[in-house]
Amino acid sequence: MDIGIKQIEQVARLSRIKLTDEEKGFFREQLTDILSYVEKLNELDTDGVQPMAYATSLKNVFREDHQESSFPRQQILELSPSSANGFFKVPKVLE
Amino acid sequence: MKYEVVIGLETHAELDTESKLFCGCSTKFGSEPNTQTCPVCLGLPGVLPVMNKKAFEYSLKAAVALYCEINQFTNFDRKSYYYPDLPKNYQTSQNYFNIGNNGYVDMVVAGKEKRISIHNVHLEEEAGKLIHPESSDANYSLVDFNRAGVPLLEIVTQPDMRSIEEVESYMQTLRNILLYIGVSDCKMQEGSLRFEASISLREQGSAIYGNRVEIKNLNSMKAVSKVLTYEISRQSELLDKGEDVLMETRLWDDVNSSSRRMRSKEESHDYRYFPEPDLVPFWIKQEWIDETMATIPELAVSKRQRFVKEYSLSDYDAGILTDDKLLADYFEECVGLSQDSPKELSNWIINDVLRELKERKLNVQHFVISPKMLTELVKIKPTIGSSIAKEVFVEMINTGKSAHAIVKEKDLVQIDDTSELNEIVIKVIGDNPKAAEDYGQGKKNALAFLIGQTMKITKGKANPKILTELFKQRLSSISQ
Repeated sequence: MDIGIKQIEQVARLSRIKLTDEEKGFFREQLTDILSYVEKLNELDTDGVQPMAYATSLKNVFREDHQESSFPRQQILELSPSSANGFFKVPKVLE
Repeated sequence: MKYEVVIGLETHAELDTESKLFCGCSTKFGSEPNTQTCPVCLGLPGVLPVMNKKAFEYSLKAAVALYCEINQFTNFDRKSYYYPDLPKNYQTSQNYFNIGNNGYVDMVVAGKEKRISIHNVHLEEEAGKLIHPESSDANYSLVDFNRAGVPLLEIVTQPDMRSIEEVESYMQTLRNILLYIGVSDCKMQEGSLRFEASISLREQGSAIYGNRVEIKNLNSMKAVSKVLTYEISRQSELLDKGEDVLMETRLWDDVNSSSRRMRSKEESHDYRYFPEPDLVPFWIKQEWIDETMATIPELAVSKRQRFVKEYSLSDYDAGILTDDKLLADYFEECVGLSQDSPKELSNWIINDVLRELKERKLNVQHFVISPKMLTELVKIKPTIGSSIAKEVFVEMINTGKSAHAIVKEKDLVQIDDTSELNEIVIKVIGDNPKAAEDYGQGKKNALAFLIGQTMKITKGKANPKILTELFKQRLSSISQ
């Protein structure tokens, strides 16, 4: 398993991380190592085995549709770097 | 036209629940910004979302009403993307095991039946709302997360629509179904019902689809029609010139009535869907589906056909009555109470009741004239005449009294007695010799004048049919 530089750049872009060329090389090597290690699992015959997405056997857990009180706005807004007039303030979004 | 139009539609409908999809925050529209949020819908670390039972049931109900195959196993996935209205940087949605697949909507377009296939129905959470300051040099946007986490149903069609008329009919029919089954209020002005369209053109008879353009941001049915009209001409022009239509996502600008390319460089989205580990999966047993099916009322399309058959109404009238389930119920209650013709009742409802409801911005269930009151009025109409009946109708609204009571109180019973009317006719002719003479000389309006005079004297109670007869007899005997 060899991760190409293109793929490293793609993952970095999706994660909104800027990488230097040096870092790209570093992570390429590291991720290649990790994936090669995990690739061992492919040696197992998993035909007929259902993919497992959940660690517990819980199912159909619901809450009733009841309204409960929300958090005080001030407390919520204080968590963000910037706010104005009860809104969260973010860098301009173009679309 | 040279080209065949191929259109598919995605519809987003906010489900009509008290609380959000994964937390107890209110879903109320129009509150002060960020007053309906909590750590769960803001996606703060360490929180645990729990599925709102009603939202899930509503989704199932919609999937069943749209004749979908229901997945016995359904779960939720994280759809990752970055946008400031999405506090978690992923949207909890469904991708691999939607609640329903392969359904359809039957509708009637220009008298012809048409079936639109539904690709899938799935449940997801709403994003927040972005507000852009008016001033163009402002370097910020504002975010209100009240809407974030409101349950949202997405209904995706196959590219089955071939004209704007079909799209319009589909939107109406779908909205109607959602209202009939009571899962969404479908208020477009509050964003409860929104659309995204994808449209391509191909040469008539071609089996290959042309390049598809997706258009987002359509907040009304009108906007959908407008953007599709715009796109059809834009794409036809390109194809006429031998150019390619670019596969792209465009945004509809309602103010300028045009679509423009989205600026995003990341159109090839990479959502990296994977199962949402914080929500357990759901198993839907057959009994649950059967129970849900039993809660689905007769839908508008079938009701409309039944009204035409059972009550001999025109398809148009049946369409108006069944457009709103409450109105259809009102009509049927009237029919059940009355021996009178359903056609007569339908006329009253379509002309008079609907006009008053519209003027008063009322829902039929809050209308002061109950089906019992309306049928009573229609029943006594022959004794008071049509024009007085209309006056009584207005009086009923103003006072809340029954037709009987008003007629009695105001002494409105029509005068049908020929000898009584004859006396009045003689008097009116005697008082208006000039008009009588005019009539004899062939001036037919003179008759209308004489009848008007009589109505004044009788306060409109004279039976107009008998009255006209009497005048004609009397006047022709004079002129001979």
